[in-house]
Amino acid sequence: MRGSSGAKVPAWSKGHPEATGKANRMSDLKQTALHDLHVELGAKMVPFAGYSMPVQYPLGVMKEHLHTRAAAGLFDVSHMGQVVVRAKSGSYDDAALAMESLVPVDVLGLGEMRQRYAMFTDPNGGILDDLMLANLGDHLFVVVNAGCKDDDIALMKEALSDRCGIEVLDDRALLALQGPKAEAALARFQPSVADMKFMDVAKDVDIDGITVTLSRSGYTGEDGYEISVANDDAVALARKLLALEEVEPIGLGARDSLRLEGGLCLYGHDIDTTTTPVEAALNWAIQKVRRNDGERAGGFPGAGVILQQLADGAPRKRVGLLPEGRAPMREGVAIFDAAEGGNEVGTVTSGGFGPTVGGPVAMGYVTAEHAKVDTPLWGEVRGKRLPLTVTKMPFVAANFKR
Amino acid sequence: MKFTEEHEWLRVEGDEVVVGITTHAAEQLGDVVFVELPEEGTVVSKDDEVVVIESVKAASDILAPIDGEITEVNSALTDNPSMVNDDPQGEAWFFKLKFTDASQMDDFMDEATYQKFIG
Repeated sequence: MRGSSGAKVPAWSKGHPEATGKANRMSDLKQTALHDLHVELGAKMVPFAGYSMPVQYPLGVMKEHLHTRAAAGLFDVSHMGQVVVRAKSGSYDDAALAMESLVPVDVLGLGEMRQRYAMFTDPNGGILDDLMLANLGDHLFVVVNAGCKDDDIALMKEALSDRCGIEVLDDRALLALQGPKAEAALARFQPSVADMKFMDVAKDVDIDGITVTLSRSGYTGEDGYEISVANDDAVALARKLLALEEVEPIGLGARDSLRLEGGLCLYGHDIDTTTTPVEAALNWAIQKVRRNDGERAGGFPGAGVILQQLADGAPRKRVGLLPEGRAPMREGVAIFDAAEGGNEVGTVTSGGFGPTVGGPVAMGYVTAEHAKVDTPLWGEVRGKRLPLTVTKMPFVAANFKR
Repeated sequence: MKFTEEHEWLRVEGDEVVVGITTHAAEQLGDVVFVELPEEGTVVSKDDEVVVIESVKAASDILAPIDGEITEVNSALTDNPSMVNDDPQGEAWFFKLKFTDASQMDDFMDEATYQKFIG
């Protein structure tokens, strides 16, 4: 048995360039505050974005995935960057307006203690990273991807430093508690978290003696919370949560299949500098106020391209792809408009087995004329064209507390 | 039972050899979600890619350990790929191969040597 020739491996597996490129010796890798706990729990640790991270625990990827959809899973996402952007004036509005020069999103209109999805764009309309923005009253709280965080911080410092202070919170961990029983689990320690709605944020919340800032959000398609906690308290908080019957630790492997079933983009795979937000079907993240005829239309990098595509449509679009058989269609699989001959009309950017769907699921880019739901297409796997159908995402209904 | 460096086990039954993957290989693969078997009657050469296995992590191939003809495949695996994780060295055999040159079997490891090989 050996690795299949030409088969791309997932981002978190050992052979992937992202896993080995930056730091391929374990000794060069950074560790999160929970590293020793992962090892103690029996995690298989792999290099990911310069960090040593748990790809799976003894439960295994499949059961970890299903457990998260049925109960609650605890994820260490401390490798992501947590950044405070605070206007020198001390006003949230000034920080928000400054940030609007980097993202095509309504930051000024974000309610106090509310969070919103955003993306940094480049002058060509490409995506430099996707991120979360939260209005914490007198400042913006920003969470960015691990693999992009050095560039993101440099970008914010360069673009915003005249008006804002940029503070990187290296001393904080980030835990995600996800799943239908996440609320019940966390509410045992702090009943008020049950009152939070999807994308609400709360700060200085006491969780059994530990002070945290948390949001009702996540990246699995499930209800849940993302919890920012001081590194010094992170292990104690994780142990409290893991001691609950409904909570299991979940690794990057299941995180990937959960977000894929949830139709959510993985930066560096489904979105990057070669994809615009409109091509990526992220139009919903660009509020009217930043679009043509909006009060603060444009004013972000790549606005010309992005606003034109919003008005006229993009030449290609990210869509859900449901393979008909059992064969997974992974990143890089070419998509055709016919079982034989025909034209290549797209590429899979993320794909694999969806444990909750019970079969293969994928997403990728296809030309606009083939992007309509129910369009029959074919993916070429090991030289064979296998049928698939353009499908609405998410593949598993989202379970948010709106 | 004999073992290959590619983590396959081989069990000789008359003039046929039954081929599967080792417990160690199944553990490394993780949850198996897809198995594609060859057609019965296919004539293969040593190191031909005969079976595709996909786990939640990646795709792998099983190579023909020796020259021969595929006489039977375990089609239960197609409908129930998780058998590979549940019983890799028992129920989850992949195919039977009628060999043409029995001396090719001499190259493989016995169980003790294989255990040392995977360390």
